[in-house]
Amino acid sequence: MKLHEHQAKALFRSFDIPVPEGRLVKTGEDALKAAHELKGPPWVVKAQVHAGGRGKGGGVRVVQSPEEAAEAAESILGRPLVTPQTGPEGKPVRRVLVEEGVEIEQELYLAMVVDRESAAPVMIFSREGGMEIEEVAAGTPERVLKQVVLPETGWMPFCGRNLVYRLDPLPAPDTLKALTATMAGLYRAFVEMDCSLAEINPLVVTTTGRVLAVDAKVNIDDNALFRQKKLASMDDPSEKDPLERKAGQFNLNYIRLDGNIGAMVNGAGLAMATMDVIKMAGAEPANFLDVGGGASEEMITRGFEIILEDPKVKAILINIFGGILRCDVLARGVLAAAEKTAIRVPLIVRLEGTNVDEGRRILESSDLEFLVAKDISEAAAMVTRQVSPTQGPGPGNRPTDRRP
Amino acid sequence: MSILVDEKTRVVVQGITGREGTFHTRQMLQYGTAVVAGVTPGKGGQTIEGVPVFNSVQDAVDREGANAACIFVPPPFAADAVMEAACAGIAVTVCITEGIPTLEMVRVTSYLRSHRTVLIGPNCPGIISPGKTKVGIMPGPIHRPGTVGVISRSGTLTYEVVDQLTRAGLGQSTCIGIGGDPIIGTSFIDHLERFREDPDTEAVVLIGEIGGTAEEDAARYCRDSFTKPVLAFVAGRTAPPGKRMGHAGAIISGGKGRAEDKIAALEAAGITVVRDLGRLGQTVEHTLTCPGSGVTIPL
Repeated sequence: MKLHEHQAKALFRSFDIPVPEGRLVKTGEDALKAAHELKGPPWVVKAQVHAGGRGKGGGVRVVQSPEEAAEAAESILGRPLVTPQTGPEGKPVRRVLVEEGVEIEQELYLAMVVDRESAAPVMIFSREGGMEIEEVAAGTPERVLKQVVLPETGWMPFCGRNLVYRLDPLPAPDTLKALTATMAGLYRAFVEMDCSLAEINPLVVTTTGRVLAVDAKVNIDDNALFRQKKLASMDDPSEKDPLERKAGQFNLNYIRLDGNIGAMVNGAGLAMATMDVIKMAGAEPANFLDVGGGASEEMITRGFEIILEDPKVKAILINIFGGILRCDVLARGVLAAAEKTAIRVPLIVRLEGTNVDEGRRILESSDLEFLVAKDISEAAAMVTRQVSPTQGPGPGNRPTDRRP
Repeated sequence: MSILVDEKTRVVVQGITGREGTFHTRQMLQYGTAVVAGVTPGKGGQTIEGVPVFNSVQDAVDREGANAACIFVPPPFAADAVMEAACAGIAVTVCITEGIPTLEMVRVTSYLRSHRTVLIGPNCPGIISPGKTKVGIMPGPIHRPGTVGVISRSGTLTYEVVDQLTRAGLGQSTCIGIGGDPIIGTSFIDHLERFREDPDTEAVVLIGEIGGTAEEDAARYCRDSFTKPVLAFVAGRTAPPGKRMGHAGAIISGGKGRAEDKIAALEAAGITVVRDLGRLGQTVEHTLTCPGSGVTIPL
């Protein structure tokens, strides 16, 4: 789960990580008021959306007067923000953060993630703040410093020293102290909030030697939301695709993509592999949908409805390898969805595994029109023919073909 | 032969009184697995499917000689269950549970460093040595005893692959689902080492997916230290970056974890990477029966 910058900064404050003073506003008028209340000039006006690269898309403006702050806020709020991460349609901006500007002496990078290899939290520190850390790591890997923190001991003062004493030239003693304190705070925030990512980029050293988290990016481990109730309540559903949001309510793993083949699969690995096979066959998947190992009939029905709600979908492929999820449960779920919603696109079904004969029998004795594929390659070829008829008629092109 | 589990394996099911635990206990018994005990704290003294239930894993070890655990405990309590199994001296611990917080797995991993249990999972289908025993949730009938070892980060994708192998006339020595989470108990390499020492495993199929660098690490190990033929499949070539594809560990982030990089690393190590999932069984069969047809056996 992603947090907004303003949420992350409010939380950082409670872990003694210094952040600039700011106000969250929804209108230009309030931005004007906020700028008057905050120290400045300059002020910074920042779009609050879950997307990186906001600066590149014009979502971050530095202004010199409260009137300019109001104008900047209105222009950011007035249209969807397009960044390298949002796609061409952009993301609507509902709120902007107005902050006091700071005099920057140096921009650093500080983050914490869980390192898979050492199975421990690792702090990442770089003097190349304000840049994408991946680019720094690719170009000058020696400038990306890492410190693993053992769960048995937690953060120890030497962890911070190992990182800050590599700076050259070395900052003033007070600044060094503020940096290590910020690191200790970030570790505490990371662990206590069950973060999967806590990133400060840039972490700024001001001309007066203060240390400030000028940006804040925090992702919470979805698996930990059951014990992070307060954070879970800070989720902003308007940031998600409406179909993804709906799928989440039914515990379905659904990700919307750009193609026109709707796919319903059980299991994440098989769902990914099914997307790959669809693409290899020359078509594009409209979604990733993993109904899970042990989906109920209800979940199948909801999943199928979500696929049908996507207007881009021109054909649907169901690929189920029954394990815990039995094929008869799948069949009944699909039929229940078909009763509620007319299926207006061709449906290709590939069933295998537990109770496959019963599943096929249920589908075949219904009024549902569908095509049966005997394996995953045939399924992908059939579904591709449905959306690109130029590839010529094949056995799968007759909509009434219901071979067992 | 097989690795880690066989007909002598005595399984304790943790969370046996839950819906999943009871269902799969029945399934495992049907397959022939020696499920000798169950554990649900506070429900000791009951029997489920004829299996005695105890309050602790230690009791199951002391009274029934359990040496493997299969965990169906809900996410908030699963880390504790893994540590309990390790503490009781269980040799192989299989954790089926999906949804354990990553930082809990950090603690588990740290605890296991001073214990001898081999943890498989979490968020996995388990382990099966066909014809001998299954400790997990995979459908038994698709497997056949044989000489191909399978190691996978996925569940149903593994069933798809195993089914194709069986149809192509290739049985399996042992199939292991190592789990789809970012932090898991054992890696591809841990099990490759065991397959290397197993005289009856003649070839290994690796099933990887996007996220992390486990495939790249396995490739390096195969190049340097593994002489049996290895074939691989990597799921997620079309997955967009930054999106978690179902499995908590299946995400391309920070320029890492892309399928192309994994495939390139595997191929550079002389491993045959199958791109068309539908032909995986055939390809493995062809590669193993026609030496010199593309499989490179590293010297």
